[in-house]
Amino acid sequence: MKIHEYQGKQLLRKYGVPVPVGIPAMSVEDAIAAIPKVQEQAGTEVVVVKAQIHAGGRGKGGGVKVAKNRAEAEEAVKKIFGMQLVTKQTGPEGKKVQRLLVEQGLALDHEFYLAMLLDRGIGRVIVMASAEGGMDIEEVAEKHPEKIFKHAIDPATGWMDWQSRLLAKQLGITGKLVNELVKMMGPLTKCYEEMDCSMLELNPLVTTKDGRVLTLDAKITFDDNAMFRHKELEDWRDPNEEDASEQEAKKWDLSYISLEGNIGCMVNGAGLAMSTMDIIKYYGGAPANFLDVGGGATAEKVTAAFKIITTDPDVKAIFVNIFGGIMKCDTIAEGVITAVKETGLKVPLVVRLEGTNVELGKKMLADSKLNIIAADNMADGAQKVVKAAKEAR
Amino acid sequence: MSVLVGYDTRLVVQGMSGSAGAFHARQMVEYGTRVVAGVTPGKGGAKVEGLEKVPMFDTVREAVEKAGANTSVIYVPPPFAADSILEAAAAGIDLVIAITEGIPARDMVKVKYVLDHDYPQVRLVGPNCPGVITPGQCKVGIMPGYIHKPGGVGVVSRSGTLTYEVVGQLSALGLGQSTAIGIGGDPVKGTDFIDALKLFADDPGTSSIFMIGEIGGDSEERAAAFIKENVKKPVAAFIGGQTAPPGKRMGHAGAIISGGKGAAKDKIAALQAAGIAVAATPAEMGSTLAKVLA
Repeated sequence: MKIHEYQGKQLLRKYGVPVPVGIPAMSVEDAIAAIPKVQEQAGTEVVVVKAQIHAGGRGKGGGVKVAKNRAEAEEAVKKIFGMQLVTKQTGPEGKKVQRLLVEQGLALDHEFYLAMLLDRGIGRVIVMASAEGGMDIEEVAEKHPEKIFKHAIDPATGWMDWQSRLLAKQLGITGKLVNELVKMMGPLTKCYEEMDCSMLELNPLVTTKDGRVLTLDAKITFDDNAMFRHKELEDWRDPNEEDASEQEAKKWDLSYISLEGNIGCMVNGAGLAMSTMDIIKYYGGAPANFLDVGGGATAEKVTAAFKIITTDPDVKAIFVNIFGGIMKCDTIAEGVITAVKETGLKVPLVVRLEGTNVELGKKMLADSKLNIIAADNMADGAQKVVKAAKEAR
Repeated sequence: MSVLVGYDTRLVVQGMSGSAGAFHARQMVEYGTRVVAGVTPGKGGAKVEGLEKVPMFDTVREAVEKAGANTSVIYVPPPFAADSILEAAAAGIDLVIAITEGIPARDMVKVKYVLDHDYPQVRLVGPNCPGVITPGQCKVGIMPGYIHKPGGVGVVSRSGTLTYEVVGQLSALGLGQSTAIGIGGDPVKGTDFIDALKLFADDPGTSSIFMIGEIGGDSEERAAAFIKENVKKPVAAFIGGQTAPPGKRMGHAGAIISGGKGAAKDKIAALQAAGIAVAATPAEMGSTLAKVLA
């Protein structure tokens, strides 16, 4: 689960990580009212108006403006709020800006990059930092890997102060600022651990001319598997950032991703679901979605999954590809039959069933008299569904 | 011959009174697996329907001491799964196979740390995996038994259902399997490709290997380098997620292309550079290995 920058900063502030004075706003009026409050609290004229969307690259897309005074800030608010912000991560259609963060401007000394994430190779969380802040970190990683410093966190001790001191040395942070970094890293790493983050990116983390270390950005992603420990985070979901079908899928605990094509897919298992997309593309079709109904799904859940696909207006044909293990074929058949009874079926349906209770599943589908195109195997099913989708156009 | 599980396996099912645990315990007994005990805290002495002959205990320690269990399979829900894995390790179980999907990464970081330091002799397979099967001898997990045939192909895979897919294709071509190992789709896991490849390389009953990878991480790249240096047996492979969009988690917690890393094309290139035949589609996995062996 992703959250907005302002939410990330609220969380970090709670943990004691220094962040600039800032107020989030959900409307132009709120944002304009926030400007003098931020100026007063921070004791400076300069404010920064930042678009709050989940995608990165907001600055380059015109979603972040530094304003020297109140008038300029108001102008920036009016310009950014409601705009269709296009960044390299939003796709060409962009994302409508419906939330802003009004923040104090700071006299920066230096910008750094700092991130925390899981290093799968060693099975530990690492802190990764570079003195080349504000730049595209992927580019730094490729051209100058020696400029990126990595430190693994020992699960027995957590992050240690000596690691902060060593990191300060590597980043060229000196004098009193070293201790400021030490004071920041403790709470930051504690937040990552306690909140079950899967990615925490501060780009940039800055030192200021008045001798402080704080973060100007906060991009935080949480581990979806740990949401049962953090029910409070549900309130931070922004429906505008999520696809309607994906939200419906989430309610049913289904793994679903909307795609551009017209062939709806219902598959069990993530690997098979991905490969089903691959083979549809291979035979000249385009998948409308990734949908893994998972292992322990009930017939109700399968029904919900099938309805998500049939209600997508872009879907011209459906491919159900099941190789049952923990998922039983009769459960799939029952779910599909119920869904079709309740909502009807307007497009061709290709079904390939194999695995646990396959004979029972096939018999149920045959007895239901539904208009189903049966497939012998994955390649056969993929070719049949691609053909059906082409003919439906 | 085979690896990990076989006639010597004495299995304890952790979470046997739950619906998934009970269903699959019955399927395993039917396949011929020696299920010697079930464990669910608070259910010691109880009977599970269809498994009346299998004693239930409150703790894994009792399953080891009273029923002689040496292998554990875990069907416990995600919030309690880390606890169950470490309980099995502490009880003296050698091989822990964790089926559970959805364990928080933070829990697995700790489990891996404790296993590495306190129980280096314990092997963990999974979590979020279909289990391990030695056809004709022993099935531990959730895979449909009937698709497997005894033979010489060692199968190792990050994906459950794709494992069934390749096994189904291999069996249809008359290529039986020595052992099929599902290593699971999580970013932090026990046995990885290289561990499984080592087992197959040393197993006289394994004459060739099929490996199924997917997007995310770099374990396929590392496996390719390992195969080039250490594995003399023929290997074929498939990588799932060739058309997956970047930045989206494709079901498995570990299946995500992030920061330009973990794309299928890089993995395929690494495998091909190591001289491994890579199937173009998931429908051609079996035939790709058959061609290598021809």
